[in-house]
Amino acid sequence: MGRVIYMDNHATTPMDPRVLEAMLPYFTDKFGNAASRNHQFGWDAEGAVDTAREQIGRLIHAKSKEIIFTSGATESDNLAIKGVVEFYKDKGNHVITAVTEHKAVLDTCKALERTGKAQVTYLQVDKEGLVDPDDVRKAITDKTILISLMYANNEIGTIHPVAEVGKLAKEKGVLFHSDATQGVGKLPLDVEAMGIDLMSLTAHKLYGPKGCGALYVRSKGPRVRLTPMMDGGGHERGMRSGTLNVPGIVGFGKACELSGAEMETEAGRMLQMRERLHRGLFEQLDEVYLNGHPTQRLPGNLNVSFAFVEGESLLMGLKDVAVSSGSACTSATLEPSYVLKALGVGDDLAHTSIRFGLGRFNTMEDVEDVIERVVREVRRLRDMSPLYEMAKEGIDLKSYQWARE
Amino acid sequence: MAYSNKVIDHYENPRNVGSFAKDDPNVATGIVGAPECGDVMKLQLKIDDSGVIEDARFKTFGCGSAIASSSYVTELVKGKTVDDALQIKNTQIVEELSLPPVKIHCSVLAEDAIKAAIGDWKKRKGERTQPAKAASNE
Repeated sequence: MGRVIYMDNHATTPMDPRVLEAMLPYFTDKFGNAASRNHQFGWDAEGAVDTAREQIGRLIHAKSKEIIFTSGATESDNLAIKGVVEFYKDKGNHVITAVTEHKAVLDTCKALERTGKAQVTYLQVDKEGLVDPDDVRKAITDKTILISLMYANNEIGTIHPVAEVGKLAKEKGVLFHSDATQGVGKLPLDVEAMGIDLMSLTAHKLYGPKGCGALYVRSKGPRVRLTPMMDGGGHERGMRSGTLNVPGIVGFGKACELSGAEMETEAGRMLQMRERLHRGLFEQLDEVYLNGHPTQRLPGNLNVSFAFVEGESLLMGLKDVAVSSGSACTSATLEPSYVLKALGVGDDLAHTSIRFGLGRFNTMEDVEDVIERVVREVRRLRDMSPLYEMAKEGIDLKSYQWARE
Repeated sequence: MAYSNKVIDHYENPRNVGSFAKDDPNVATGIVGAPECGDVMKLQLKIDDSGVIEDARFKTFGCGSAIASSSYVTELVKGKTVDDALQIKNTQIVEELSLPPVKIHCSVLAEDAIKAAIGDWKKRKGERTQPAKAASNE
């Protein structure tokens, strides 16, 4: 076994040392509360937070005051959806989202349905994971107050036609929220050009610290209002009370600045590594299937089903490679990935899926190593797989009578 | 989830992986599970005329615990009579491999595989000892 390779950058990313360096003074020397208005400690903290707001705003083409700090994208999703539904309840109660959204959006919607606060339409996606803007248009009613559609999917990396949906939302006078957790810092994002009214972000997916996120809330055209979820000191324009996580926010700002500056070269490098990984695996192995869109996907994402090899056992074999699987055995619910299911991927293939998430600290050498280890392990497990044997004997596994209990 | 050392050992060095020729009259085959459930085990037993399991082979599609359960079962059944092999309980597998609660179903599947293989052997034995009757039924 060789060195450990981290290739699970959709789950989280290691912090960039430059980010850590920017954060450090704010734990010790500059420890002030950004809400302390009457001494140097408070002013230093507030200044640092303002700088971060600008850095984040610049990355997504927003004004700095439109950035509301939260604990992460889950909180941002909750605040956006629950906050809008609560505030605009006299206007309507209908929300439109998609079946492949992150659980932070789906479960928030379900909670609102359960309590009778909203009616939710969950749009289907095509076999590559895309929502059809026309389906969004058809789903809009005079009760619709919010559309929530993610920018890039966390499992398959599919990038939704967000700008088209944004345009549609504007035409219909419906607010548009996008969970852009996976896309921020990886691909160009422009809340103006894309017609986004609310956007969820988090620092730890772009080489910043965990526990620090933001919600972009449009201030003009239209001015978006929210009912806060937390009561308290009225921080963040009254939308999110609580003392600001100054070191985290400083790191978040720095991470955005770095991602913006390096985006073009990084996206190109990521794409090259992804293409090499894709080719390397598909050239050496038969019966492998790409999940998601062939081109309209995050540059660092590759999701592949290795037929006849169960995902968790493959992960176990790749013990020095950190990746993740859509197999039921790796999920808390013992159900295979609902995202792959929504694409029409059968449970049999969903169980064999592996998500590779390339990141800033991966190299082409990592990719070559991972190809070699995956190919070796898939071959070993296929030699052990009754399904591979049966398929090679020409048995149709779909029509075979399995002895189910 | 951390795996026990024994699961890792069976996973990395599986015992008796492979297949016997299916047309060997002394070979019985049991296939249990289904691909969409994420587990399929194939267990083959070579059983002599006195009903003693001489040898065993397995192939498994499933998680590490499923592979380990079936690998362990091939060791467990060897040398046993079919009647003794039928007495093997999944709890024995759970204990040996220290399987956590979410992996109990792997041991159940391994127990089922033994029963399926022996069921196949009994069926085939019946067909062999009563060829005339089987033919007359057609």
